[in-house]
Amino acid sequence: MNLQDIYLISPEIGIAIVAAFVIIIDLFVSNKKVLPVVALVTLLIPLFLTIQLHLDTDIGSKTGFSGTFQVDDFAIFFKYLILGSTAIVILSSTQYARRFGGHQGEYYALILFSAAGMMLLASSMELITLYIALELTALPSAALAAFIRQRKSAEAGIKFLVLSAVSSAVLLYGMVLVYGLTGSSHLNEIASSITNNGLGSSPALLFGIVLITAGFGFKISAVPFQMWAPDVYEGAPTPVTGFLSVASKAAGFAIILRVFYTSFGLDNANIDWANMMAVLSAISMSVGNLIAIRQNNIKRMLAYSTVAQAGYLMVGLAAITALPGGDDNAGPIGVLFYLAGYAMTNLAAFSVVIAVSNKTNNDSINSFSGLARKSPLLAGAMALAMISLIGIPPTVGFMAKIYLFSAAMDTGLEWLAIVGVINSVISAYYYLRVVKVMFLSSPKENEKDSETSYGVGAVSAAVIAMAGTFLFGIYPEPILRIAHTAIDSLIG
Amino acid sequence: MLTEFSGLLTLAIFLPIAGAIVIALFLNGTVARGFALATTLVELLITSYIFLLYDKEKGGYQLVEKFEGWIPFDTFRVDYFLGIDGLSAPLVLLTGILGIVAVFASWNVSQRMKEHFMWLLVLQGAVIGVFCALDFFLFFLFWELELIPMFFLISIWGTGRKEYSAMKFVIFTILGSAFMLVGILALYFSTNTFDMTLLPEKIAAANLIMPASVLFFLTIIGFAIKLPVFPFHTWLPDAHTDAPTAASVMLAGILLKMGGYGMFRISAAMFPEQLVDYSWLLATLGVINILYGAAITIRQTDLKRLIAYSSVSHMGFVLLGIAAAKGGTAELGLNGAALQMFTHGTITGLLFLTVGFIYDRAHTRHIPDLGGLAGRMPFLAASLLVAGLASLGLPGTSGFVAEITIFLGSFPAWHWFAALAAIGVVLTAGYILWMIQRVMFGPRPAHHNNLTDASIPEMIPIAILVASIFVVGIYPAAISDVFNSGLNPIVDGLSGYVTGAK
Repeated sequence: MNLQDIYLISPEIGIAIVAAFVIIIDLFVSNKKVLPVVALVTLLIPLFLTIQLHLDTDIGSKTGFSGTFQVDDFAIFFKYLILGSTAIVILSSTQYARRFGGHQGEYYALILFSAAGMMLLASSMELITLYIALELTALPSAALAAFIRQRKSAEAGIKFLVLSAVSSAVLLYGMVLVYGLTGSSHLNEIASSITNNGLGSSPALLFGIVLITAGFGFKISAVPFQMWAPDVYEGAPTPVTGFLSVASKAAGFAIILRVFYTSFGLDNANIDWANMMAVLSAISMSVGNLIAIRQNNIKRMLAYSTVAQAGYLMVGLAAITALPGGDDNAGPIGVLFYLAGYAMTNLAAFSVVIAVSNKTNNDSINSFSGLARKSPLLAGAMALAMISLIGIPPTVGFMAKIYLFSAAMDTGLEWLAIVGVINSVISAYYYLRVVKVMFLSSPKENEKDSETSYGVGAVSAAVIAMAGTFLFGIYPEPILRIAHTAIDSLIG
Repeated sequence: MLTEFSGLLTLAIFLPIAGAIVIALFLNGTVARGFALATTLVELLITSYIFLLYDKEKGGYQLVEKFEGWIPFDTFRVDYFLGIDGLSAPLVLLTGILGIVAVFASWNVSQRMKEHFMWLLVLQGAVIGVFCALDFFLFFLFWELELIPMFFLISIWGTGRKEYSAMKFVIFTILGSAFMLVGILALYFSTNTFDMTLLPEKIAAANLIMPASVLFFLTIIGFAIKLPVFPFHTWLPDAHTDAPTAASVMLAGILLKMGGYGMFRISAAMFPEQLVDYSWLLATLGVINILYGAAITIRQTDLKRLIAYSSVSHMGFVLLGIAAAKGGTAELGLNGAALQMFTHGTITGLLFLTVGFIYDRAHTRHIPDLGGLAGRMPFLAASLLVAGLASLGLPGTSGFVAEITIFLGSFPAWHWFAALAAIGVVLTAGYILWMIQRVMFGPRPAHHNNLTDASIPEMIPIAILVASIFVVGIYPAAISDVFNSGLNPIVDGLSGYVTGAK
């Protein structure tokens, strides 16, 4: 380890220090309200360190720690995304976290530790580092899911922990197989070993790849590994649900792209990757959307909606070989673009759910009844988020969805694009149901609430996320541009 | 990069949207209403100016505005590209007219006024965007943008099963646009452009990634749902019936025209060969629309539902006119269809408006409960009579010109279909006159004896629409010459595939 290594990993070190700092402050102050402020302000440190790495053109794509850790535009993209989502989640939990009483310091610290794991994950270039980063992400998440002292929350925590352990075991087994065959745990060396030794058609390698895919499938809650999502999402504290559905999913997609593009360079392995992903994608979106229709709890509905959204994102994983003249990178670029858009949209939705729950202590869709009267701002944010999740303009969801489906068309997966658009139609039904409840039903008490009664933090988080959803829906170029450079650095 | 910019079309699209934002942020109640009126008045002036500015002798795309590289990637390139031709100029004008009519039509809305006028303005801006967009992506964006305002307008201020109808409207429309999106993307990857002015040539030369007939159907299904074409019409009676008056006016007046416009701009201009090949299908569906729509209309007892089904019937004429593409008289048929879109917009707008005002007073739309209203409301009775007579195609009104042109155009190509469609005209005369007789004449129920006639804010939109019906009826060239200059390139494109009369 040398100074250069430390420089490369400085954002992760920074965020870990922030987490530790929050715990220390927690010991000394009795007014827990300062904790989120401290966390948000000190989050600027890892942010500046990430920006510094981004602007440092000498870095380019640099590996450190004997090639186990890599900083490139791809990793930077995800670091920004994770830092941004974490900040919004912390901002939105300021009021909600008071339910945790004296444990608020641990709450914020766990979120930050989990985020550190995700950032590490985006840079991992080696299987063991990757596995450690994954566990660093998952263990705090399990604790967070169980943070409310209620049966449902405890159940969520245990469920997440057990299923996460099972998926980790599956993943480890796959890694072991790959390591045994290729003799290396470095992603680059795995790739060269597969080509040099002609392992492309080895059934054992295929089995290993399938196990690794299954392990990652759990993280992104794709069918058939989605069973944990609804119970965990419903039982966990709402900000944690938002965090899991956005940041955790982003990290999952980051590592999938990284491993499969670096190690199993998709022509190396003799596996019909595109069709496998396409089928999983089609099933994920259909299952997620069809079950979401029947949900009455907003968190459960959003849980199934994230399963469906994972399905849309996988369209980009399936779209890997473009037709002549097309862009091979359109699929992965679409994944990054969609992830960023989805992060803003979903965080807007969850911030509103948190705000409403601050006020009503209720998560049923009916608790949104008449919200348009009581708080036009929150209702507007929620409506925009729902419209964005359907994919109707003027929202980033519209742009990102078209971009992903266009990647599918460009790679000859017309059928998948058609399944995707039909799913959007189905999803319109349940997303609009929320809009309908907010705008049509008249509230019981017929007066306008002040926005502050919903919690300043949650309302500001909703407004920030809503602004992003709208602005990038009109002018998506900046995100698309950094997604381009990110994927260029990954695939070249 | 900004290449050309006159700003006029951008202004026409975003003035109502900006007005909506101002209302959303600052205004309430009757101030919002007044502001919406002022906005739509300026909008009417702008759209009229655009219409007058359009040089029909010169033809082609005019007032073009282009901001290149809105999404600037080689593999996915979208431009902000607006312009009008002879086809869109009258429709932009129509949207301007109906926008202000809709504000007057909702003058008596008392519940949640702010939001109502806000959504009306957004709707108007989005529809003008559809007619002005020359980039296919932008076209699709505006096409989708129109959904949400309409969803709110129907579901909040509607009557009856309004939530069901609003949802049905949205689901049908999204379903159509879902297929359209696949078609648009397939065209993009075949030709590498979203530029609608270049697409007709490029499609002819390109190696398409899907068979052209598949693309033809993928794109036309969205328009068929919007127009609406049998069997995709079932959303329309529900949406129209349950929508508030202003939304019905907008829906019948201009949203249906988006479907017809798409058939011209995309189906006919980009897929001339497929249009001719499948014109038998369009003609068949057109005649089904006309006859089935008319037959159902006769049996309706709800005034709004009656007008809604009559729209289905009248839109069949648009389809029949487009189906004339097959014969040597394509020009006449297409011109008639385009004119029918414009005139139906004003006529049906007027019908919905009048019926809405009657409903405001009598609190019922059930025809058997009405009667003898002419004695109490002579102005509204006259308005209903004018609209009704124009709807059944009385010479001197705009309805006559449109229908006769469609018959002249489609008869050489489709003798029998045109003949069958003529039966539709008879049926129309039947249900219109019978409706007017039952509502306006005969014995008046006693509790309707103190109903009042239209007020001044209600007379203004009626006067505007009546004027436009007679102007176009007496001097159709004012509109049809403009349409003609826009349709010429489309007719030229079709001429290579015309197979002659049958």
